[in-house]
Amino acid sequence: MNLTLRIWRQRSPEEQGAMTTYRVEGVSPDMSFLEVLDVLNEELVLRGEDPVAFDHDCREGICGSCGMVIDGQAHGPERTTACQLHMRHFRDGDTIDVEPWRAAAFPVVKDLVVDRSALDRIIGAGGYVTAPTGSAPEAHATAVPKEAADTAFEHAECIGCGACVAACPNGSAMLFTSAKVVHLNVLPQGAPERESRVLGMVAAMDEEGFGGCTNTGECATACPKGIPLPSIAAMNREYLRALRKGGARRP
Amino acid sequence: MTDTTATPAPATPAQGPAAPAQAPAAPAPAVGAYTVGDPLADTRAPAGPVHERWDTRRFTAKLVNPANRRRHTVIVVGTGLAGGSAGATLAEQGYRVVQFCYQDSPRRAHSIAAQGGINAAKNYRNDGDSVHRLFYDTVKGGDFRARESNVARLAQVSLQIIDQCVAQGVPFAREYGGLLDTRSFGGVQVSRTFYARGQTGQQLLLGAYQALSRQIDAGAVEMHPRTEMLDLVVIDGRARGIVARDLVTGRISVHLADAVVLATGGYGNVFHLSTNAKNSNATAVWRAHRRGAWFGNPCFTQIHPTCIPRSGDHQSKLTLMSESLRNDGRIWVPKAKGDTRPPAEIPEEERDYYLERIYPSFGNLVPRDIASRAAKNVCDEGRGVGPGGQGVYLDFADAIARMGREKVAEKYGNLFEMYERITAEDPYTRPMRIYPAVHYTMGGLWVDYDLMTTVPGLFAVGEANFSDHGANRLGASALMQGLADGYFVLPTTLADYLARHPHDEPDPSHPAAAAAVAETRERLARLLAVGGDRTAESFHRELGQIMWEHCGMARTEAGLREALERIPGLREEFWRRVRVPGGGAELNQQLEKANRVADHLELAELMCLDALHRTESCGGHFREESQTPDGEALRDDEHFSYVAAWEHTGGGPPVLHKEELVFEYVHPTQRSYA
Repeated sequence: MNLTLRIWRQRSPEEQGAMTTYRVEGVSPDMSFLEVLDVLNEELVLRGEDPVAFDHDCREGICGSCGMVIDGQAHGPERTTACQLHMRHFRDGDTIDVEPWRAAAFPVVKDLVVDRSALDRIIGAGGYVTAPTGSAPEAHATAVPKEAADTAFEHAECIGCGACVAACPNGSAMLFTSAKVVHLNVLPQGAPERESRVLGMVAAMDEEGFGGCTNTGECATACPKGIPLPSIAAMNREYLRALRKGGARRP
Repeated sequence: MTDTTATPAPATPAQGPAAPAQAPAAPAPAVGAYTVGDPLADTRAPAGPVHERWDTRRFTAKLVNPANRRRHTVIVVGTGLAGGSAGATLAEQGYRVVQFCYQDSPRRAHSIAAQGGINAAKNYRNDGDSVHRLFYDTVKGGDFRARESNVARLAQVSLQIIDQCVAQGVPFAREYGGLLDTRSFGGVQVSRTFYARGQTGQQLLLGAYQALSRQIDAGAVEMHPRTEMLDLVVIDGRARGIVARDLVTGRISVHLADAVVLATGGYGNVFHLSTNAKNSNATAVWRAHRRGAWFGNPCFTQIHPTCIPRSGDHQSKLTLMSESLRNDGRIWVPKAKGDTRPPAEIPEEERDYYLERIYPSFGNLVPRDIASRAAKNVCDEGRGVGPGGQGVYLDFADAIARMGREKVAEKYGNLFEMYERITAEDPYTRPMRIYPAVHYTMGGLWVDYDLMTTVPGLFAVGEANFSDHGANRLGASALMQGLADGYFVLPTTLADYLARHPHDEPDPSHPAAAAAVAETRERLARLLAVGGDRTAESFHRELGQIMWEHCGMARTEAGLREALERIPGLREEFWRRVRVPGGGAELNQQLEKANRVADHLELAELMCLDALHRTESCGGHFREESQTPDGEALRDDEHFSYVAAWEHTGGGPPVLHKEELVFEYVHPTQRSYA
């Protein structure tokens, strides 16, 4: 396959970026999208040009490093991560636009690389169970209904890639945040911090400059791990419940 | 922390290579040359009954008064299972932790990709499991090349790990009664593997990451993401810090502390293609090795039997299919050579379920090294399937008939999806194709029972050390070891070290720190200055081919000698022809890559040397010259019952130090899984 890639090039956060056009030839349908960028970059290096910077690591869809908007969609046309998007989903001769995540809370670092550290700070504001090492009771001391364990797992699958934020017209991180709130709040181990968790994480989300939710649903459509949209409603319920109970953020 | 200015783009090529291995001045030593130094002993393991040793060590370890802990700074490099759990735990205890990872977030370390599960001797199944049995299985599975003391501790601590993770909210798979589910894994006959669908590593890592995030938020951990360790700072014989590069700005800085912990993972990417993450690398451990940390058993690498076969030259990495699939999938190839019929058209009697045939009692659940070699053998016979004949079938037809499609989907759904996404084939209706790939390195920095390297104050945890798996790691034991080291072992033994070394403020202007910075700068400047005509990737690919061919699943003296002749030449060519665009004072992924490849080119040689010197076969190290009549690994306990710890000498041939292994509880036998 021969492809035309129009890629966002931006040298640094301060400089203006622009779309730049590249031809890539001899692409195999078995290649992943990132492998096409690898091929392009090797050519650019040998031509003496600056290769395209992009985040990537595990290349099996679980580390959440890679993320780019491909033809206007976060991670591209398939419901997966860019590293697991294979070229058999494109056609010979296609022109493909490649852009970084665009969200106020994710400043561009270089080319397709953005700063997603705001997501880490949301987790730090309550996305954990306080269980210092050594303090744990025997694992079978508390039975967890299978349904709760399965719900927790389904939400814990989030890989923190940020596609939900990139896909949202408001740049909201509601799906990311709700995934962690629901994961921990449905488990008995998460119950003691149920209120402070949701209040702390929602506040952190707002402080980081993520937008509000208007129930567009693009987040759940873009999510490569299938975090369900009702997760957001569940978080809103948790939030209201915490307010009603007079819960407080952790100091 | 001492900030220094960004690496300047070099005006002139730097003179005088920092790395002696690159210096052409001395005549090259003969291929495979090394000298034998003094034997080495693990002086930290207490005497006494093996299952009491950890309790003894915990009691003899000195403690640091809680009020004094905040005066001690500990550097932790890496945020995987071992590093994340260590950083969180040390901070909870009150130490000041400064932590680094090259990823943009500590949540992305490659532990996240571990699929299958984590072992623990809980015996919830009442199927005869015990701490002693986990100990026994691990020593045996490691083909009698691990320390009994370490393995016994690992088995004991495994119980606490599950408790800890459940308390953190790790969503393990559960039964309808609400209790934890387990499954069995290769090399054992009990069901002791706890799991979270096919994403156990992810869930355990997120547990550690969340605990770490709590400490970062509390200000107890100073986290440096997108920052890579490029050298170790040794002052007055003790590890006192690291040189690190901010991957966004290129700024080189020195960070000093009371102790340094390396949790930087394995070095499987020396092979270019492996199941490791693209950016996983050996630089931290290799730089530490060059500063005096001896390297244990570098040739012990694990080739995982169930990976997706490569599809072409463009391949950038290999994807593992969890070994847990072997619980229900049956492995086969056609009985006839060159049988190219689609699998569904090959009748039952013309299929060879070779693992079930050769190993009737363990069948498809034999240890990884045995399953990998068996796959290679049938492919070498010309019975492999798929493109290039480099694959065998892993068939779920019987499992689907027995359990129903729904149950199979529940157990393995995400793995099946991943397979279909990559290959465009549906494993529910057509058997998967699998082939072995480099997966894990049992070798690593030599550590004593306290997980301390031969550099006082430098500790290595998780895959970065060599310690617990001997010559072959059992499935679901890497997660166990990473968390055992980080949550439980290191916090005890590191405290003992700190208690014995009262805090004194390290001197940021010490010449050793300045020298390490200067050498790092010079090296990066050299890489940028070569201006050659080949990419770092092309050298990596070529090195990988040499290693896979000669230091992979089956090794021979002739092949290893050839590799040892070719690698120095490739390294010389690298420093002459590599092309690294851009400068050092910016986000420069090609510079990162080239710097890592430069270290892979040195470590590869030590791996081949270690493989050449160990003329026996054991576990994942299979020397064709040493096999039983049935083609199994044949150990030579008389000559090789030791850990090979290699000392870097800076130019001359490396020095081999032997740590004799003593087996008091599990007596070495020829492993038999028949």
